[in-house]
Amino acid sequence: MAIRSLLGAFRKRSFVTRAVSCYRSLSTLILAEHERGVLKASSLSAVEAAKCLGENNSISLLLAGTGPSLQEAAAHAASCHPSISQVLLAESDKFAYPLAEAWAKLVHVVQQKGSYSHIIAGSGSFGKNILPRAAAILDVSPITDVTEINGSNLFVRPIYAGNALSTVRYTGSAPCMLTIRSTSFPLGATPAPSVSNAASVDKVDLSTLSEDDAIGKSKYISLSSQDTDRPDLGNARIVVTGGRALKSAENFKLIEKLAEKLGAAVGATRAAVDAGFVPNELQVGQTGKIVAPELYMAFGVSGAIQHIAGMRDSKVIVAVNKDADAPIFQVADYGLVGDLFEIIPELLEKLPEKK
Amino acid sequence: MRTTTSAASRETASMRIMVAIKRVIDYAVKIRVKPDKSGVETSNVKMSMNPFCEIALEEALRIKESGRASEVVAVSVGPAQCVDTLRTGLAMGADRAIHVEFPGTLYPLSIAKILKALVDAEKPGLLLLGKQAIDDDCNQTGQMIAGLLKWPQGTFASKVVLDEENKVATVDREVDGGLETLCLDLPAVITTDLRLNQPRYASLPNIMKAKSKVIKKLTPQDLNIEIRSDLEVVQVTDPPKRKAGVILSSVDELIDKLKNEARVL
Repeated sequence: MAIRSLLGAFRKRSFVTRAVSCYRSLSTLILAEHERGVLKASSLSAVEAAKCLGENNSISLLLAGTGPSLQEAAAHAASCHPSISQVLLAESDKFAYPLAEAWAKLVHVVQQKGSYSHIIAGSGSFGKNILPRAAAILDVSPITDVTEINGSNLFVRPIYAGNALSTVRYTGSAPCMLTIRSTSFPLGATPAPSVSNAASVDKVDLSTLSEDDAIGKSKYISLSSQDTDRPDLGNARIVVTGGRALKSAENFKLIEKLAEKLGAAVGATRAAVDAGFVPNELQVGQTGKIVAPELYMAFGVSGAIQHIAGMRDSKVIVAVNKDADAPIFQVADYGLVGDLFEIIPELLEKLPEKK
Repeated sequence: MRTTTSAASRETASMRIMVAIKRVIDYAVKIRVKPDKSGVETSNVKMSMNPFCEIALEEALRIKESGRASEVVAVSVGPAQCVDTLRTGLAMGADRAIHVEFPGTLYPLSIAKILKALVDAEKPGLLLLGKQAIDDDCNQTGQMIAGLLKWPQGTFASKVVLDEENKVATVDREVDGGLETLCLDLPAVITTDLRLNQPRYASLPNIMKAKSKVIKKLTPQDLNIEIRSDLEVVQVTDPPKRKAGVILSSVDELIDKLKNEARVL
């Protein structure tokens, strides 16, 4: 028995060492995130990205966690997108919280069994934290924050805070590992959840997981986050951002009021977060969140290179600043030179209620 | 009589911290893509220590100054000019430096392998790196070396508290959902985010002192690392240009444009 599986593994390995571009058939493993029993939007963007790799790509979604919410997420994943053909479930206390050490080993285990040609994760903090560690274990160079996919091994990614684009070809052996920028791979029209075409849900054999020394050396303590009814900054249709010119956390409430009126998400510059006006998860920029809403409104934002990096792909950009020479006006479609403490109240008065 | 506490603190007090730093185009420079699309113009352009690496080095120095580490070693991998960045690191307060010289392109996987070889030789109790370099914006190296070393990782750290008695580090991380707190057994890899600290400027006396500090020179060959590449940069181009915008004269005009021209309201 053991010898047969060993020979099988050898056969698989010689198949795997061929360069990715020679693959007649693609197979993609997506490292998926879920919350409260539902797949996160970034994971669905990863599915859209996987479709760009080529025809005949069999897409498997890997979910990890524990308890009923994992089961619900698996059921959602199996029926939410026609391109998903398989859901893999890693159920263990080790995944009660997504830690990189356990996840990277999990990817290693799943890749050894499944020999995928590609492994994709969204480039949020989950994917950025885990995928490179998994890539090192698999001895491949990952390509992170991909914004464009041109076939199975040609990718475009931003560099220098998005001031240049680098086209990169992957020339190594499988798996080709990517994190993708969700805003670049928007979801298509949502197909109705289909129970009849549901993907299979299979359990991952986790018996070899404990062989990794690092698991257990990292313990989750807590997560502090802002409780809000507002839309998620990463995929809101409208984002209203405030900068340091708001001068205080109290004043920043003006931004929140405007966001409320517009049904928008609230964003902030690094300066505003550093000054303590708002928590870090609202930061938009090169090292914060990358957003690409239909409408981005920046109040009291000077337009530093690093902030522009986070919002330059917005469809429509509005900037309000006292300083007519502020760099933000160079990317804005519509600008108003004036005092935000006068303009925001006027907007609040004159804007229609959100639909 | 030696108590366990003093033995443990003596052990941690001899802890070495290794910090990997990168030389990049200065963050304030407006970069230019070369006309032949082979890359970004770097000749005659101001270069500096990557801001995140500065923060990593600053954190290492603070840990040492608080008595929790005995030595800070700065390392850098790259062409000859890396020594400039290492000299700055020494001027900030690093005790010694190591330069692994390699003139060509190096991707994070190769850097991680080189750093692993250095870690195996130097045996630090903590490896600090910036979370990403502002040139390639990869955000990979720290995670990769943690994977190779099989060490726990605390990425995007905005706060680090070392508990020398229990040999753990409590790390606050800036994540999409807010602020996550992890507890890592040492030795560990931590990558630094912007709000971890404000790096110091090197004082003139320290810049002078740094000139006599040692920078050890190695090559990847010395470390038995073969640089192989599984990536190829095909071209570097400008991003799509936005259409020029207009300055409006009133809130009424703005609302009108957003409703009727842009049709986003």
